[in-house]
Amino acid sequence: MHPAYSVIFFTTASGAGYGLLGLMGVLNAGGYLPSDKWFGLTGFFLALGLITFGLLASTFHLGHPERAWRALTQWRSSWLSREGVLAVLTYMPAGLFAIGWVFLDQTAGIFMVMGVLSAIGAALTVYCTSMIYASLKSIPAWTNELVSPLYLVLGLATGGLILDALLHIFDTPIAGVSVLCILALITGALLKRRYWQEIDAAPRETDLASATGLGQIGKVRVLDNPHTSKNYLQQEMGYRVARKHALKLRRIATVALFILPIILLGLALAFPAIALAATVLAVVAACVGIVTERWLFFAEAKHVVMTYYEG
Amino acid sequence: MTSLPESTETKLGLVIDLDICVGCHACAVNCKEWNTSGYHAPMTDTNPYGADPSGVWFNRIHAYEVERSSGDSGGDSQTVYFPKSCLHCEDAPCVTACPTGASYKRTEDGIVMVDENWCIGCKLCSWSCPYGAREYDSHEGVMKKCTLCVDKIYNENLPEDRRQPACVATCPANARHFGDLGDPSSDVSKLVEARGGYDLMPEQGTKPVNKYLPPRARQAEPNSISPHTQLEDAAPDGGFLGWLDKVLVD
Repeated sequence: MHPAYSVIFFTTASGAGYGLLGLMGVLNAGGYLPSDKWFGLTGFFLALGLITFGLLASTFHLGHPERAWRALTQWRSSWLSREGVLAVLTYMPAGLFAIGWVFLDQTAGIFMVMGVLSAIGAALTVYCTSMIYASLKSIPAWTNELVSPLYLVLGLATGGLILDALLHIFDTPIAGVSVLCILALITGALLKRRYWQEIDAAPRETDLASATGLGQIGKVRVLDNPHTSKNYLQQEMGYRVARKHALKLRRIATVALFILPIILLGLALAFPAIALAATVLAVVAACVGIVTERWLFFAEAKHVVMTYYEG
Repeated sequence: MTSLPESTETKLGLVIDLDICVGCHACAVNCKEWNTSGYHAPMTDTNPYGADPSGVWFNRIHAYEVERSSGDSGGDSQTVYFPKSCLHCEDAPCVTACPTGASYKRTEDGIVMVDENWCIGCKLCSWSCPYGAREYDSHEGVMKKCTLCVDKIYNENLPEDRRQPACVATCPANARHFGDLGDPSSDVSKLVEARGGYDLMPEQGTKPVNKYLPPRARQAEPNSISPHTQLEDAAPDGGFLGWLDKVLVD
């Protein structure tokens, strides 16, 4: 699949934003976070900023961005629509949660409930984002059952890394948050490894025999394509650059997204003197890693329609 | 509404005979001709006279080679021309994927349509279609697809025998047939029954309405017919030709 930048930024930025928002809601309810106004303001600015930037980015690739609101109407059947509806709904408790924290100095009672509701909304929205892709039978790699868990755990891990860095910036480090991030990253690394193994080993269900139905007669091969230059289908779904470099890119994603941040957070826990620099660097590494991981998620996935063109 | 209708009154669709298709592309050309001034007008071409032309087409004709696995004549292969257009699936994934309701399946005849005045151009429908039936018009910013010539098949300004999709009406080999595949007594249903018509990519679970008829079995082994056995004897014995052969020989 063609990896459109708008969709990569949409899924990674909103994933991290929802991860951060969800963690703020849950950890606040547990009474673990400092109720400092400026910490809250920065946290909400980053969380809601990433979410909003991601959602806006997703409208950039539309043919008619001014009609984007119509995508909220078909939640009964469409995962894209469900994602949009939940994203809009999540703004409501998140907005109240933020107003309470930043302007009213209130993080308990009803505002704590709003935080928990924000976390539930965040998790459901990220799940719907993953299902936009996981529901497409025409792209076998995406129907893998690890796609949704990966979107959720990677959203949590990247949002958690931002929260961890923020806590260090405000000089109120919480060791538990670093540990949580390390656990999320280890889970993510194991799931991603498993996902790559499974999509590599998956038997090919659709081939030229079933695509043309001519398999019942004999062995089929492509003789001639219908047109001499690329059409929309080949531009959108026939992307092959990533498959050529897949192994190298997988290694880059694994190192930048999982290994480096785990080492840096370990160093931060062991040596408080360098903790601030280590946690900020972990965010930078994870940014590179998650964009590579998501770019590969799109670029590596093969659409069955290419069977008609490439056999 | 992008929820699929539970059933449709008729199931209009195409039956494509791969035994007959000669790969002339007339169906694709006439499709473009009708539809570029029809429901989905215009079917934009980008850089049409340049080195790298591209454009929106609802019909694409692939060519495949099939090496027959039956029989002992090794290397007996056959060229099969393979026209592909929207199959108007009963379980159309493109319809349920649409976030806006611009994609829908008509309850009356099962035709899958795009309301391009409502489409936001997110392309998700084209991602969900395993057949590549939908093509995005980057100039108009909306998705376009085969309408089964909905503006032709019900058009009362046309004589009744011409109310057929453009691709069917124009096919010079009569390889394309149009009708109600939901009615077992229709001509198209009988044709599918008689010839073993089949679905493309049945494993995708889309339940296509359009059916394909397989190439018929070869009537004789091509290798058993030598071109020389059909010609007259070059050195005939007796008769007028034998006399002529003797007279003319040096």
